[in-house]
Amino acid sequence: MSDIITTPKISLLAPVPPPATVAAAAAAAPTEKPLIETEKLSLYYGQAKALKEISIKIQEKLVTAFIGPSGCGKSTLLRCFNRMNDLIDGVRIEGAIRIAGHDINSREVDVIELRKRVGMVFQRSNPFPKSIFENIAYALRLQGIKSRSEMEGTVESSLRGAALWDEVKDRLHASALGLSGGQQQRLCIARAIAIRPEIILMDEPASALDPIATAKVEELILDLKKDFSIVIVTHNMQQAARISDYTAFFYIGELIEYDRTARIFTNPAQKQTEDYVTGRFG
Amino acid sequence: MANKEVGSKRSVGWMGLQRGHHAHPLEWIVEKGIFAVSLSAIVMIFLIFLFVAREALPIFFGQLNSAKVQKVMSVAEMEKLGPAELQAYLGLTPEQYASMDTETKRLLMEVKLEEFKESSQDKDATLNTTSWRNMILPHQWSGYSKPEYIWQPVSEIQKYNIIPLLIGSLKATLVALLFAVPLALGAAIYVSQLANARAREWLKPTIELLAGIPSVVLGFFALIVMASVLQSVFGYQSRLNAFVAGIALGLAIIPVVFSIAEDALTSVPRSYTQAALALGSSKWQAAWKIVLPAAIPGVFAAVVLGFGRAIGETMVVLMASGNASIVSWNIFDSTRTMTATIAAEMAEAVVGGHHYRILFMLGALLFVVTFVSNLVGDLVIHRLKHKLEGKR
Repeated sequence: MSDIITTPKISLLAPVPPPATVAAAAAAAPTEKPLIETEKLSLYYGQAKALKEISIKIQEKLVTAFIGPSGCGKSTLLRCFNRMNDLIDGVRIEGAIRIAGHDINSREVDVIELRKRVGMVFQRSNPFPKSIFENIAYALRLQGIKSRSEMEGTVESSLRGAALWDEVKDRLHASALGLSGGQQQRLCIARAIAIRPEIILMDEPASALDPIATAKVEELILDLKKDFSIVIVTHNMQQAARISDYTAFFYIGELIEYDRTARIFTNPAQKQTEDYVTGRFG
Repeated sequence: MANKEVGSKRSVGWMGLQRGHHAHPLEWIVEKGIFAVSLSAIVMIFLIFLFVAREALPIFFGQLNSAKVQKVMSVAEMEKLGPAELQAYLGLTPEQYASMDTETKRLLMEVKLEEFKESSQDKDATLNTTSWRNMILPHQWSGYSKPEYIWQPVSEIQKYNIIPLLIGSLKATLVALLFAVPLALGAAIYVSQLANARAREWLKPTIELLAGIPSVVLGFFALIVMASVLQSVFGYQSRLNAFVAGIALGLAIIPVVFSIAEDALTSVPRSYTQAALALGSSKWQAAWKIVLPAAIPGVFAAVVLGFGRAIGETMVVLMASGNASIVSWNIFDSTRTMTATIAAEMAEAVVGGHHYRILFMLGALLFVVTFVSNLVGDLVIHRLKHKLEGKR
């Protein structure tokens, strides 16, 4: 186990600045102790450079949105934060990624422990072909939880947390694949929050959902903000505007602009950002 | 007109839309040809079964009587019998019967009588050994102290008890499955889930190369090399036995089980693995707890196919099993399987005789066993799939 693991969860992090303070800070990279920080991060798929020297600081207990046209590297960057890019052959990383001050690419970091602390929700909902209960129980067993009553309690609280409990409480032992698309995605969120990560990464979590299911997921994200730090990749600019506190705009592997969401959408510093958020390209 | 000049066959505008689609004649012929070929495969299977079953039919209906001694009569009684009865009594074909004069027939009557006198000491001489009772239940043969299951088709009294052969087949198959399934499954999990791309590239074809070894070569290897090595390791008595045959048989079915299980595991969506890994599973946990359960219908199909292949495999068991038809569940005893029995004895069986028909009956039995195992396998796979997909 690495040292990032041994420290108690909450003490890892600097005290959270109240939202008002954050809002007051107008600059792009405000507080001195960010939760996630990348420094000149470059990523190569073989020869192709997918991320170009990205430096970004992401704050705790806020929603940070990554926007940009397809292929701009926003999902790639997101997957760097829980090292899911390790699964792809031929990926090479330069620069540093620090989460709560720990270099997550260093050799001492246990990637399994890292992923327990940095949860992820994927674009396509991917519940396991098991019962609803087992989907969450699997995640809990990975945490070493064995007692049945504790498991049942956590399954319920996670499903409540994902606003799914009332819809599924009567069929917990039915297959998760029988749920609707929106329900499946919320189950995936429930599964991700069941193990109490500190950060939740969301890779276009609502792009495969209809507007009603999307609204539910967005509501859920705003609700989860109280307990988790959320980084979300989205193609939907209204969505970014609705739910995020900070927004980063990427274009062809570069971070063009990163600022408070209100500012990105009303008064961006860069011409490219303005063109994109007003729909002139992308 | 302009279209014609370009050489296009399409008519101008919407004209010709209702002409109807006619396949190119060649396409039509090829399509029907392929259909005929696939149909002929089904017909072939059906015909093979029909042929095998037809030869074995008298056994199934108990119409055969192998008793050495049946009802005997004195030569004088010959006059009382009609020609058909006499022919049946002497066991002759109509042609043989027609070509014989009365004197020859009288001679045959005497031979029959003498045969009876000689063999009447043996109480088993009047026994129909091809009846179901004697093929399945033990019988206390003369000279034995207790009832026993005996397969002994070449002796004074031919004994056709199929139980030793059934046990032999099951024993060898069971050893083969116990040996091959864990290995093949482990390899499939490793290759599809854990190995990196480069290892996968050479591992998969190498394991599947095993399927290319002719079974006679495998049998020879088992007979000469494996039998000695295993005997020196385990120190059992008979060098050729169900264990050696089972291991060699296992080698023959590993590529089959591996190939199908690997396909099933690979076709599990990557998103399951990703979800599991993102929750903090190790690769192994994801493979074992998520991917394997999701692939279980395919894995089960692999095992069923492996079973069918193992119980039907002939050459390996013929060479390595020792071919002793003993009733024993000890895997270190020599054993004789149904397939090896057919292969070894068919050449010496008289066409149309009891032995010949019993061998065909064994063939039909094998056919039924594999058919039923496939059928049951299919039903189970169907249910497993439904369960996975959340249907009822």
